[in-house]
Amino acid sequence: MREISSKKVTETVARLCQEANFVLGDDVLDVLRRARESEESPLGRQVLEQILENARIAKEEKIPLCQDCGTTVVFLEVGQDAHITGGDLYAAVEEGVRQGYSQGYLRKSIVSQPFSARVNTKDNTPSIIHVEMVVGDSLHITVMPKGGGSENMSRLAMLKPAEGRRGVIDSVVKAVEEAGSNPCPPVIVGVGIGGTADKAMILAKKALLRKVREPNPDPEIAELEREILERVNSLGIGPEGFGGRTTALAVHAEVFPTHIASLPVAVNLQCHSARYKEARL
Amino acid sequence: MDITTPLEPQVIEKLRAGDQVSITGVIYTARDAAHKRLIEAMDRGEELPFDIRGQTLYYMGPSPAKPGQVIGAAGPTTSGRMDAYSPRLIAAGLKGMMGKGSRSQEVKEAIKKHKAVYFAATGGVGALIARAIKKVEVVAYEDLGAEAILRLEVENFPAIVVNDAQGGDLYEEGKAKYRRNPETR
Repeated sequence: MREISSKKVTETVARLCQEANFVLGDDVLDVLRRARESEESPLGRQVLEQILENARIAKEEKIPLCQDCGTTVVFLEVGQDAHITGGDLYAAVEEGVRQGYSQGYLRKSIVSQPFSARVNTKDNTPSIIHVEMVVGDSLHITVMPKGGGSENMSRLAMLKPAEGRRGVIDSVVKAVEEAGSNPCPPVIVGVGIGGTADKAMILAKKALLRKVREPNPDPEIAELEREILERVNSLGIGPEGFGGRTTALAVHAEVFPTHIASLPVAVNLQCHSARYKEARL
Repeated sequence: MDITTPLEPQVIEKLRAGDQVSITGVIYTARDAAHKRLIEAMDRGEELPFDIRGQTLYYMGPSPAKPGQVIGAAGPTTSGRMDAYSPRLIAAGLKGMMGKGSRSQEVKEAIKKHKAVYFAATGGVGALIARAIKKVEVVAYEDLGAEAILRLEVENFPAIVVNDAQGGDLYEEGKAKYRRNPETR
């Protein structure tokens, strides 16, 4: 049994909230640079140049990449031989979010009672915390600030099994086409196939945490990803929706077994400001 | 093209979907919550916190300014959420709108009918855009925090005309130009 203090959790979450909002990952930057070379639309290339310039400014000056510093989505992989000491793990995470958003001058975007009062909670809490038990004695923390504009374009389709592979592709392409310019393309398309409605949705979100353009290890799923990416990049939406070839930087699909009656397909879109940072305690 | 705000009718007349513009002058921020209050004030017959005639609204809620900064990151939010409110503001004299993402048919018609314009600023480049904002002043609804109405003095603010007063639509035109049939590869 290894001990991990809740204070350490708070400090780490606070640091990750800021790093994620200031520094775009090298994998994202690399794919954006390649898109800037290959994009046919002059306006599209200019947008990609602005995105790269923005990333440089944000990192150097420690200014948020985007004013929408997101809903703070936190993934915790808790080793079954780890022991969290010094208080409630959830409270430690929330305190980290509170400190991180305050210290980093990050925008607080969470409102209480979504359908009526909508009063800002002023510290970006509560965050969305997903906990998974894993083998080992460490705690792996991933902080993903998720913007509202792209999250609003999420879709869930409960297909008939007869619709099969073609149905899956069509429903993902339709989701991206209907999202159009709203989710700040070029996007990363997270796809969750199978399980139940809730399982498909969390698979779609977790798919966004894969290194950009790293294919699914299963060749059949990797081929599906390639085919969807080609379809999506034929839509013509392009960077910021001004027209172009680069509508998506990548398609990441995750698959899970499902019920004999079901074929759930969830889509979670990530804007080009694909922000997340992780740490292991 | 360099343009100044408030927008003059002869400038709006010349703008076409796809034009890149550099805006200098005063613009006002407003997101959904501020729009709701503006419309409620109009419903009650009250005067608005600023004269919107000829003005440009920027759909934006910034991140907080660090000490020594004018403003934090300051990129556009999704304009579609303002669609329910915009036609009334356009009818009341609003001339320019700026955000990201497509507008409803009703908004596009109001733009045409009242000779207004909708610009897109690049979404997700809030740190870069902040450099064009020189002065910030809270005008109304301070209790809304990031959603308060701000008066911004901007210099060479980069934007693109999406919907012009003639009915042009960059999102439609750009997509049509680059769309291709994946089967013909």
